[in-house]
Amino acid sequence: MVTSTRPVGPLVIDIENITKDYVMGEETVRALRGVSLQIHKNEYIAVMGPSGSGKSTLMNMLGCLDTPTSGRYEFNGKNVAEMNDDELAAIRNREIGFVFQTFNLLPRSTSLRNVELPLIYAGIDPDTREEMAAHVLHEVGLSDRMNHKPNELSGGQRQRVAVARALVNRPSIILADEPTGNLDSKTGEEIMALFEDLYQRGNTIILVTHERDIAVHARRTVHLRDGLIETDHAGFIPELDLVALERP
Amino acid sequence: MSAGRTGLSPVFRDMKRFLYELSESWKIAASQMRSNLTRSTLTALGVIIGIVAVTLMGTAIGGIQVGFDKSMSIFGDDVLYVGQWPWKKVDDWWNYRDRKKIKTEYADALNRMIAMTPNSNLMIAIPTSSVIRSVKYADSEVGNVLVRGTVSDYIITSTFDFKEGRFFNDLESRGGANVCVVGYDVADALFPSASPIDKSVLINGQPFKIVGVIARQGSFLGLFSLDSIVVMPLPAFQKYFTAKSEADILVKVKDKTELAEAKDELAGLMRRVRGLPPEKKDDFSINEQQALKSTLDPIKNSIAVAGLFITGLSLFVGAIGIMNITFVSVKERTREIGTRKALGARRRTILLQFLIESTALCLLGGIIGLGFAFAMCFLIGIAFPFFPIQFSTGLVVISMVVSILTGLISGFAPAWTASRLDPVTALRYE
Repeated sequence: MVTSTRPVGPLVIDIENITKDYVMGEETVRALRGVSLQIHKNEYIAVMGPSGSGKSTLMNMLGCLDTPTSGRYEFNGKNVAEMNDDELAAIRNREIGFVFQTFNLLPRSTSLRNVELPLIYAGIDPDTREEMAAHVLHEVGLSDRMNHKPNELSGGQRQRVAVARALVNRPSIILADEPTGNLDSKTGEEIMALFEDLYQRGNTIILVTHERDIAVHARRTVHLRDGLIETDHAGFIPELDLVALERP
Repeated sequence: MSAGRTGLSPVFRDMKRFLYELSESWKIAASQMRSNLTRSTLTALGVIIGIVAVTLMGTAIGGIQVGFDKSMSIFGDDVLYVGQWPWKKVDDWWNYRDRKKIKTEYADALNRMIAMTPNSNLMIAIPTSSVIRSVKYADSEVGNVLVRGTVSDYIITSTFDFKEGRFFNDLESRGGANVCVVGYDVADALFPSASPIDKSVLINGQPFKIVGVIARQGSFLGLFSLDSIVVMPLPAFQKYFTAKSEADILVKVKDKTELAEAKDELAGLMRRVRGLPPEKKDDFSINEQQALKSTLDPIKNSIAVAGLFITGLSLFVGAIGIMNITFVSVKERTREIGTRKALGARRRTILLQFLIESTALCLLGGIIGLGFAFAMCFLIGIAFPFFPIQFSTGLVVISMVVSILTGLISGFAPAWTASRLDPVTALRYE
């Protein structure tokens, strides 16, 4: 089903039949009911679905923030399904760049210090850290905002800092959770243009969103419903997606 | 680009990462304190008060120790005291009450026996006899003065220095001349401006010419002054002050490392002097500085323990404040913790970060507290020069260690909670 105009890169994410149960009081809620997904290098994929579809749970799995109840999950050939907290932290640090809806920047630190944070956890020395952070800030067009704190930046600039932070460790995937949710549509488009640019430069991007306007930027769309993948197709086919979203 | 990642052994890389995390944590701690200035100050105040209390108590205990040692040294560590009563608490006081009095004549008998014993551990026996009287000069009078009669060799067993003059000599001693040596307080009270040497004071209506003034010795455990004393030749003393006098024999030993042997020897000699048959128990007590020390040490130690415990409570309250504020901080920054975890912070990183925050706060409180305590000691030292206060480097080190430990202990529970937070839950926390 996956087709792309580009040559298919090596497999980055390989998920097979994963489930996730949450125990809520007496009840066990099954948020994912057997999801299989393969993501290759330099794909640009949107994960869509209404709330309660298991979209967030899948994102947590993909981001190695959580482990599945059952099923197989290999990240770059490494089995992450059975990793402990610290091993997962190392994977998140090196392989995944997070971009959050609410930016999640440290309020009292400058752009540069915010972007340096993943490098501290990677054990990189201060001089190299600063050099690398400055470099990615330049890439996202914030060379002149390096020593500004988040409250001195616009929403779009803040999200650019967050994108720079996601990029700084050269991760295998960039995982963006509703990256434009807190931005006006014009700024949102700017951020999406930045993602397009990153994609063109060879990055792998996973976009989790419920907004069709945002999802259209991706080259592949996965729809979730009731903890299962409903559709997984190349490009964004408005009619198909409309049907997928609105079918009761 | 990834220069920091290549060519290093995993252990070394992990160590480096730990160091970077450590320095990052200190920076965060500093910035947290700056941005929550009021809150940090108030919390640190608890620790400041605790450290001031503990440190001051520490200096007071140190001072008591010094005063105690100084008081003890008055007795000399190479002198045995033969008396009716032991220098310790006795439960069967009636067994001691009926003992025969110690007589000053024993000293002569002892000295004869010492002279006849080859390789004796004992050097010399000195008789002393004391009463409490008042001393007059012109219109002035000092009460509660310890009047002591002894021989000129008394000087051998004593630890005092002379402010002026001399001790009475052998001739004066044997002849029972009406001369005396006065303590600092007596001289100061009776002769505030002039030199007391060659002046005559009245004791029991009898004139005694002053030949020497003893330098200030201070007080014994702060209880009574050692400077309120008059010493005179024994024959003169016996002539005027026989009633209600208490006699002691002071025996100086040759080698203080063999005090126990000397004590046994002296006991044997005293039994001979007293003519005790072998089956009878000693009817005298041989006392020494060490025995007094071991009687008083437990009292001193329990004062120290009680004092430190009570002041330690204030530090404990401070520690609770730190724990509370660290819990608040963890709660407030739950999303930040989630973000850090998403970016690759391990449990250890988060634990370290909050431990350092609480420790930094405690350490700061400790340093400020120590500063206050030092200033207070200094002021007390100026205002009351004789108040025993002892501010030592050991105390500085201990209070810093206590501050750090307080921080680590009080920060541990919140830091542990933070480190165990589930990243998903933490990121969603509102």
